[in-house]
This record gives sequence, C-alpha cells and structure tokens, in this order.
Amino acid sequence: MVSQKENKSSSVQQLIANSRNHKTKKIVEKAMPALLFSAALISILTTFGIVFTLIFETFEFFKRVSITDFLFGTQWLPFSGKEPLFGILPLIAGTLKVTLIAVIVAVPFGIGSAIYLSEYASEKARRTIKPILEVLAGVPTIVYGFFALTFVTPILQELIPGLKIFNALSPGIVVGVMILPMITSLSEDAMSSVPNSMREGALAVGATKFEVAIKVVLPAALSGIIASVVLAISRAIGETMIVSLAGGSTPKFDLNVTDSIQTMTAYIVQVSTGDAGYGTTIYYSIYSVGFTLFIFTLVMNLLAHYISKRFREVY
Amino acid sequence: MVLKIQEEKTFVKKIQTGAKPVTEVAGNIVYDTRNLNLWYGDHHGLKDVNLGIYENEVTAIIGPSGCGKSTYLKTLNRMVELVPIVRTSGEILYRERNILDKDYTVEELRTRVGMVFQKPNPFPKSIYDNIAYGPRIHGIKNKKILDEIVEKSLRGAAIWDEVKDRLNQNAYGLSGGQQQRICIARCLAVEPDVILMDEPTSALDPISTLKVEELVQELKKDYSIVIVTHNMQQAARISDRTAFFLSGEVIEYDKTDVIFQTPADQRTEDYISGRFG
Amino acid sequence: MRYIDETAVMKRMTKRITFNKVWKALFFLATIFALITLAILLFRIVTQGIGYLNIDFLTNFASRFADKAGIKAALVGSLWLMGVVAPVSIILGVGTALYLEEYAKKNRINDFIRMNISNLAGVPSIVFGLLGLTIFVRMMELGKSILAAGFTMSLLILPVIIVAAQEAIRAVPSEQREASYGMGATKWQTILRVVLPAAIPGILTGSILALSRAIGETAPLVVLGIPVILQFLPDGLLSQFTALPMQIYDWAKRPQEAFQYVASAGILVLMTVLLLMNSIAIFIRNKFQKRY
Repeated sequence: MVSQKENKSSSVQQLIANSRNHKTKKIVEKAMPALLFSAALISILTTFGIVFTLIFETFEFFKRVSITDFLFGTQWLPFSGKEPLFGILPLIAGTLKVTLIAVIVAVPFGIGSAIYLSEYASEKARRTIKPILEVLAGVPTIVYGFFALTFVTPILQELIPGLKIFNALSPGIVVGVMILPMITSLSEDAMSSVPNSMREGALAVGATKFEVAIKVVLPAALSGIIASVVLAISRAIGETMIVSLAGGSTPKFDLNVTDSIQTMTAYIVQVSTGDAGYGTTIYYSIYSVGFTLFIFTLVMNLLAHYISKRFREVY
Repeated sequence: MVLKIQEEKTFVKKIQTGAKPVTEVAGNIVYDTRNLNLWYGDHHGLKDVNLGIYENEVTAIIGPSGCGKSTYLKTLNRMVELVPIVRTSGEILYRERNILDKDYTVEELRTRVGMVFQKPNPFPKSIYDNIAYGPRIHGIKNKKILDEIVEKSLRGAAIWDEVKDRLNQNAYGLSGGQQQRICIARCLAVEPDVILMDEPTSALDPISTLKVEELVQELKKDYSIVIVTHNMQQAARISDRTAFFLSGEVIEYDKTDVIFQTPADQRTEDYISGRFG
Repeated sequence: MRYIDETAVMKRMTKRITFNKVWKALFFLATIFALITLAILLFRIVTQGIGYLNIDFLTNFASRFADKAGIKAALVGSLWLMGVVAPVSIILGVGTALYLEEYAKKNRINDFIRMNISNLAGVPSIVFGLLGLTIFVRMMELGKSILAAGFTMSLLILPVIIVAAQEAIRAVPSEQREASYGMGATKWQTILRVVLPAAIPGILTGSILALSRAIGETAPLVVLGIPVILQFLPDGLLSQFTALPMQIYDWAKRPQEAFQYVASAGILVLMTVLLLMNSIAIFIRNKFQKRY
C-alpha cells in the first residue's frame, strides 16, 4: 500500500515538483501588489495635481490682483485694456442663475419621474424607460449646447419678447434636462430601496398609492433624494459647453435671466479659445476661476456624501 | 463533568501517541492535530483539538452548525487564513511537518491536499480547462500530459462517460451533481494525498448525493479523505471514523460504528439520536 | 357612538382616489418630458444634419465654406485619441480596482484612496483641462498633442472605470477564489486566471461606456487649446490633432446658418460613434450576464 502511494506521487506531483519555479512565483507575488498600488496612487496624484496646479497658478494670479478685489469685486472686465477688473461675483452670479433655473426644471421632473418609475410603473415600463434615460444621460454636452442655442433659444424668443440670443434661461433649462436623468436615477434607487413592508403597511389601512408615495416612501428616501439633487447641482455648476454656447460672454452681477451672462466655466473657455498669452494676468485668471469652481463643486460633493451617509435610513 | 474531561483527555492521549485508540491497529497517520486552538477575533472557535487522521480512510466530522467542524477542515489546508482576523495555536502535523509553521508554504500544502466545497464551484471555463487548472498553475504545459491528466481525473471522478464528448463546453452547463463531480475531478488532477470535503452533498439532490457517496468510497483506495457533513446517516454510511464536534471541542472520536452504536459520551448520543442539532 | 363616520369616509375616499389618479398622470408626464425632449433633440439633429451627411463630408477636411466642410481630421483625431485613452485608462483603472478589491487592507491610506476616487468623479471636466494644460502641455512639454489630450482624458474617466471594474471584480463569487486557492494557486495566479477572466465582461462594458463619455467630452480639449481647422491627419502620438466635439463646437459657434447644418451633420457622426460603442457595451453585457 505504501509503495503504491510512492508510485502515484511520482507522476503528477513529481511533475509539479520539477516544474515549480519558486523564485519567479515569489517575485511576481511580491511585485504585483506594489505595481497595482502604484496604479491606485495615480488617482491620488491626480487630485494632488489638480489642487497644486490650481493653488500655484492662483497664487501667481494673486500677486497681480488683490484677493479682496477678486472675492468681492462686482465687475469682471479682464479685457478692458488699461484697467482690467477681476471681481468674480458676476461670474458666480452667472453660474448660480443657470444652476437655479436648471434645478427648478430638473427637481420636479426628476423626482416626479422617479416616483412614477418606483411606485407606479410596471416592470415592463421601467425596463423601457430606464435605458432611454441612460441615453439621455449619455448625450454629449456639446450636443445639448447646440440644442440650446439653435432650438430652445429661438422658441423662448417667440414666447418672451426681449429675450436676447444669449441668455441664462435657455442654457438653464437645457442644463436642467441634462441633470434630470441623474436625479431620476439616483432618487429612484433611493425609493426602490425602501422596503415593501413599509408600503404594504400603509396600503393595508387603505392608503392610495399617492399617499404611500408622499407620506411613506418619500420621507424614508429623503436623504437619498436630497443627495441626488446636491450632486446634480454640482454637475450643473461645472457644466461648460451648454453655457459657453448659449449663455454668452457678458459677466453681470444682477438677477436678470433674459440677458447675456457669463459663467465661471464659460469664462475659462473664452480665454482658452482666445489668444491670451502664457504668463499674462488673464492666463492666470482662468486658474483662479477654476479654483473657485473646484471649491464650489467639492463642497457640493462632500455635502452630498455627508447627507447620504449621515441620514441614511436603516431598515 | 470533571470525570468527563478526564475521560476525554485519556482518550485523546491515546490517539495522540498513535497507540491503538480503541479497537484495531490503525494505518499511517496523515494528519496529527495537537492542541489546536483557533480564534476568530475574540471568539474561541476551536478549543484544544487533538485528532489523528489516517491514511486511506474516510474520516467524517459531524456536529451541529457552528460547532467548528468546517473551521477545522479549513485549518487542514489553511484556507481558514482567508479570514484575516484568525489566530491559531498548537500544531497540525501533516506527514510529520507542522503546517502551521510560518515557513510552510500554503501553496505547496494545498497542492498535496485537495478540497471540495459545499456548493459546486467550477470555474466558468470549459470542462477541460477546469480540470487542467491545477496542473497548469503548477507549471505543466505539455498538451499531451494535460490530456492524459484530464481523462484520468474525469475517470477517477466517475464522470468521464458523461462529459467526454463535450470537454470544451462550459462547466456551468452541467447539473449540480455533475458540477460537484467535476470539482472532485479538478481536485484529483494534481493527484493529491488527502481530499478535504466540506459538506459536498448539501446542495445536491438525493441521486447525485448517492453518486458522490459511492465515489468517495471508491476514492479512499487511493486517497485519504476528510469529510464534514451535516447528515449523520451519510457519516454512518461512508466513513471509517467519525469525530463529533461541539462548540469547538472534539467530544468524541472513534470508529464510526462505535460512535453510532455505543457512543461513550452522553452528548454524542443526544446528537446522533437527534435530540439537538 | 362610533368614531368613524362611514359616509364622511366614503366622501373623502372619492376625493382621495381622484387625487391619486391626477398625480399619477402628472408623474407620468414628468417621465415623458425627458423622453419627449430626447425625441425632439434627435429629430432636430437628424433632419438638420442628414442632408449634409455624405461621403464627401466624411472625407473632406475642415473648410471656411459650409458646403465643402468635412469631418475627416476630427474623426481620425478622435480615433487616435481613443487609441491613447483606452489602454491608459483601462490599465490604470483595472489595476486600481484590483488593488482596492483584492489587496487593500482596511486602513487609512486605502480609505483615503477610496474617498479620493469618489471625489475625483465629481470634479468638473474643465478642471481636468486646467490640470492637463499645466502638467502635460506645459510641464511635460507634450504640447497640444494626442498624448497630452489622451492623458488628460484618461485621468478624467479613470474614476468611472475604477468603479465599474470594482463592481465587476466584486461580482466574482468568493467560491471561485476559494476553489483556486484550494488547488494551491497563489494570489496573483488566482487573480489572473480566475478573477479577471470572470470580471472582464463587466470591466469591458463599464470601460466602453466611460470611453464613450471621453469621446464626446469637449471642455478639457478646449482648455488644452486643441486646434480646430487642421488640414492634415496626425502622424504620431506627439502630432497635433483635432477631435469630433471640438469640430462641432467650432461649427456651432459660427454665425452663418449653413454651418448649423454642418454642425448637425457632425453631431450625427458623433452620435453614431456613441451608438456603436453603446451597442457593443450592451451586447457584451447581455451576452455574458448572469453566469453564476
């Protein structure tokens, strides 16, 4: 019996023992995690790259323009030859106008369709509508921009006399359409994860579907819904091509939405497509605007993260 | 109670010293577990386990859920280390070397000790690639040798006739019972010394279970088998020796017929007569 | 004395049920709104652009005259760009995902990496453009080349690919890994031979969707200063180039009405490319779905 055992192990196990290459195996086992870790480091380096790039160049900018003028100035006139003015408030105002309009469009439609998909729609309807929303989310923003400029603006001009060709309204609405799928999809996820037992409890005492949706599901999923809106706001703030094409390039610190505006992103585009030379104040100004933009979106993203973590319902 | 512990200790000692434990002279010891303790974080999962596992026998490990039987099995090929918070003390001698030693390479151990899992887990590859997986990772590339190994292993797992015409099909197309025998064949492909089976039939229908049980009987001619099972009848049917675990302790270990007919410990009797578990 | 007045309840009931119906209709309209917008958008672009879409449009270079304008340089440039973005972003993304899912222990560095990736996903694309302008165009002196733009775009879509790859890797059942370890395979062997093959469909689907985002992305290219009117094709990774969205942007900005149609035709080309990529992704997803 023992000899039989010896015989057997002389075949495959022997082959294995012969061919085993411990050294290369060991090196590979050690090297791979290090290699993969360095891939993971790239994402950290990217963040550092962004932060340092923005800080350094913005610092360069503040050597030329005072920081209080930048933060509190109500006039953004970088190209006015002798005495350029770099007060960022008009750009922020432009950005916020567009964002606000976008939110007014996207929130009711987004949450409404999320309720429909999660509470009313049949499985079949959901399976048809969700991919279409994905398509909508995948449309490049340049296409939306073109749509805003050549379709939405002319229609709005028919409806609102005095609306300029470049204005805040048209890009605002289209940015709203752009962020709509995001709100719908994330809100629907939040509502779908509300357990059915909660719905059944309300339905069993005779509540209508609408009452269940508004009084049971919506409150339970509220943190997820708010987080989705905040994330969408962040996207709207950072949106570039729609506002560059349809928003104009006239930074103004007011509340007018029918007139030409300029957002932070559109300013960066304007300078980039122009020929402001490397090292000029205008060149550095795009970094200071970019930095401001970065802070805005970062705060929004962290806020969304915080809301969904902090107020997560535990079922 | 004190008396019980005393009894256990002498009993355990008998096995440890390799002296004939109860009735007959046993074969060679493959695995000799000495004072094995294991912790999952703060939970003491295995308490002072002493067990000898014999060559060319089927050793069954039974006990209620959570008694540590699967944990013990996974300690035998150190799969238990995949859970990061596990600590062990004591020794497990496999062929006279302590596998819990830091410098014992697990890959080498697992090449010598195969494992069959609770749920059939073939890879989503062809049947051929499933069987050839082991030899290939250990550096066997010769196509002719691989062909031979695949056929031999599939024959060994009594599934060759069912799959010989579709070796290139995905193993996922097979039935649960066939998948489990593919997994056994995959295990045989590196011609291991020991096969560990973790409730291998718990996910199978009765007919497939029967086939696997017959296979186990066949395999013990060439391999030493340790099988964890939830099913006491199965242990009684196929094993030569049975160990009864309870809350991480070995309560009783003996020839299977002794355990099932004249258990020494009341708790063993209670368990096998279905009073708990 | 009963607390519940049957008739009052019934009276309210009718009102509540009507309410439910009205709101259901409103929610449905909200859902339809998005679909209608999409339909109008596509309809507009197809009707405007189809007339300009012909072989000449695909084989001509850019031109000052609308009827001679073509998209050749942009189409080829976009393909070159993808040639850089695809390997760079997929290798880095899958590498990162493998590290996080298979090797990373729970500690501060790895928590930081995870948090960082989710934050990076929320950074506006135009900011990546500023990063690329400073690091790749100026510091590494790659100029406005395919390589500089490719690296910038790779970093932009990296978080998307990482998350998709993480999900695909996580979906590989642990039993598969155990089976491999049980055979005496090392960790890397298990990853290479079991985890990756099983995760590849998911990784590919996610990557293609991420790449389709990169191909339509305009803002970073604008910031990098990618030129528009090019009369030659790129001949290497350090060559200047233009890309589909840049070309469309340029046409869309032009005041002449004819260029609107040219822009629509350009958008049609871009959307066709996107449609192709998405179809491939959906095909892969359906073909390899649910194998366990």
